[in-house]
Amino acid sequence: MAHDTLYAHPEAPAPEPGARRAGALGRALFTRWDTWVVIVLALVVVGAGASVDGFAGPRNTQFLLMDIVAIALIALPMTLIVITGEIDLSVASTLGLCSAVMGQLWVAGLPLELIVVLVILLGAVLGMVNGLFVTKFGLPSLAVTIGTLAAYRGLSFVVLGDQAVADFPRQWTDAASSTIGGSPVPWSVLIAVVLAVAFAVVLHWTPFGRSLFAMGNNAEAATFAGVSVNRAKFWLFVASGAVAGLAGVYWTLRYASARADNGSGLELAVVAAVLLGGVSIFGGRGTLLGVLAGVLLLGSLRNALQLADVPADTLNVVTGALLITSVVVPNVVGMARSWLRQRRHQRG
Amino acid sequence: MSLRNSPFRRSLRIGVIATALTAVLATAACGGTTRGGEDSAGDATGQATGQANPNAAIKEGLKIAFLPKQVNNPYFTVSDNGGKSAVEELKGEYKEVGPSEANASSQVSYINTLSQQGTDVIVTSANDPNAICGALNDARKAGAKVVTFDSDTKPECRDAFVNQATAEGIAENQVKLISEQIGGEGKIAVLSATPNATNQNAWIELMKKELTKPEYSKIELVTTAYGNDDDQKSFQETQGLLRSYPDLKGIISPTTVGVAAAARYLSGSEFKGKVALTGLGTPNQMRAFVKDGTVKAFALWNPADLGYLAAHVGASLASGRITGAEGERFTAGKLGDYTIGKDGVIVLGPPTVFDSGNIDQFDF
Repeated sequence: MAHDTLYAHPEAPAPEPGARRAGALGRALFTRWDTWVVIVLALVVVGAGASVDGFAGPRNTQFLLMDIVAIALIALPMTLIVITGEIDLSVASTLGLCSAVMGQLWVAGLPLELIVVLVILLGAVLGMVNGLFVTKFGLPSLAVTIGTLAAYRGLSFVVLGDQAVADFPRQWTDAASSTIGGSPVPWSVLIAVVLAVAFAVVLHWTPFGRSLFAMGNNAEAATFAGVSVNRAKFWLFVASGAVAGLAGVYWTLRYASARADNGSGLELAVVAAVLLGGVSIFGGRGTLLGVLAGVLLLGSLRNALQLADVPADTLNVVTGALLITSVVVPNVVGMARSWLRQRRHQRG
Repeated sequence: MSLRNSPFRRSLRIGVIATALTAVLATAACGGTTRGGEDSAGDATGQATGQANPNAAIKEGLKIAFLPKQVNNPYFTVSDNGGKSAVEELKGEYKEVGPSEANASSQVSYINTLSQQGTDVIVTSANDPNAICGALNDARKAGAKVVTFDSDTKPECRDAFVNQATAEGIAENQVKLISEQIGGEGKIAVLSATPNATNQNAWIELMKKELTKPEYSKIELVTTAYGNDDDQKSFQETQGLLRSYPDLKGIISPTTVGVAAAARYLSGSEFKGKVALTGLGTPNQMRAFVKDGTVKAFALWNPADLGYLAAHVGASLASGRITGAEGERFTAGKLGDYTIGKDGVIVLGPPTVFDSGNIDQFDF
């Protein structure tokens, strides 16, 4: 269990006791990071809609949403994992391996319905491997999942090489990008929303969810309070793998191409969105609403800058700067607060 | 282990999961969608629609965008700049956009952006022949003309493909170059990439066919060595060739890695200037060896011309001069007249030959 304490960062800003009191609801809302992310998101959308040609409008909305569905899906279990103080960097490689296997199974002649189930199961198994290493052998998840990031991507090239399988049935590939009725909202977004509600309920309205925050703040204390830390973490990694498998199915059908390099580098986009959404990298703090706003914010910003002909390299710089801001600002604010509190104590 | 995780509860849970799984698998296994069972995404309608008017004027102010596999890649920088000069000649609006990493999914997002911006022509080199198909067809439905160059998509996703070279063109060119350099007679060898590289093998077969022509009757191809597109291995293989065949007159290496490694070996050996070397290489790799006399001439298609031609094809499509159908003819500025081949393919032409006279005009 020694590794758990490594992540329970002593300086992580604890929830403000004062802010939680009745009567301070308004203030509490505006001192919360995720509220600010939602506000910034609204500003970006309104600003881009007014100043960037082609941003507002149903077609672009559809493009934007389809680009972020995979990130949003994977960000859901990732939020829970980061809140417990762990991380899963193998998600994009899991997506790639699932996509490669999906291609091979299709070539082998299995029915697609069965393949989808098998591939999601494969994702769960890959997540299970991460979970076992982290909980049974007590290894840090950062190291384990960097290892499986490389291993799973390598395996996907073993499975499919540099070939692509692209003859999936048209109805299926069309379905992956079709929209609900006449609206610009793709069906895939609906799946993401349903899963998001499920994850939000689990995280914010169940004892299990509350125990995740507890173990993120202090794993040892959580253990003494009767929370089975390892079991919870194990299942979170399984969920992360399964969802990455589902994202792999979506990715393969959306791009009508099963490839070993599908989704490479996506883990960074996911972690960026999760951190930008206000989840503390040290664990113990964060909301699912904030993360979804973070995913939308990064997606909208990228889309708007791309439409404004900002070059790809500048775009990466902007994303990186935002990520650093999202990690630095809460810590600076937290430090300032505790300094103020200390001064108040000294005076009183 | 806590009470909550008693053996009974655990087996209950496993039982429930197993039942659910069996149910799902059973439903899926009967009456599922299998390969070849239904229409696959592969079949679609042909690409040429409408009537071409060969005399139509090229429209001014066409928005022509280049979307390479990756930006900041020297090869594509040169080809896109070739496209830029063509677009300027045609009084259009040029733009280059693209991902910083060569992958298909980010190309899709750029295609969507271009389509949203009302781009008239998208000129792209595909990172994946299938993955960007849907987005390209969306863009075409929205009114854009799509030209692929360097790397094609499936034919039904674009209006035309500008191919840099044909296998026949390369074989002809390479044999001609080596024959000129060895005076039309003597033993030659080929230094290839890997034994199973499809395009290399096709070229070598065609070279053998080319060598059966009467004008090459005194040239004998003695062997093919494989450098695996690895610098070290290619270097050693060249060394080995000259040891096994002391009377070797020339080497053809139709791979950029091989030809550069072979040139490096020759330039440092007693064979420098005595054994001829040609192949497919880039001017920047080969400049030093051309200047020091190791290599007289080598070839490659000119990426700037490739981009130039692709821009002309795009502008001609958007102006209604051509539709991409087989047999249509058009003029591409300084490059002259072209005829569209089967499946909307246009071949740039024979490779460009680089020698001490022209190598300094090229930077790629």
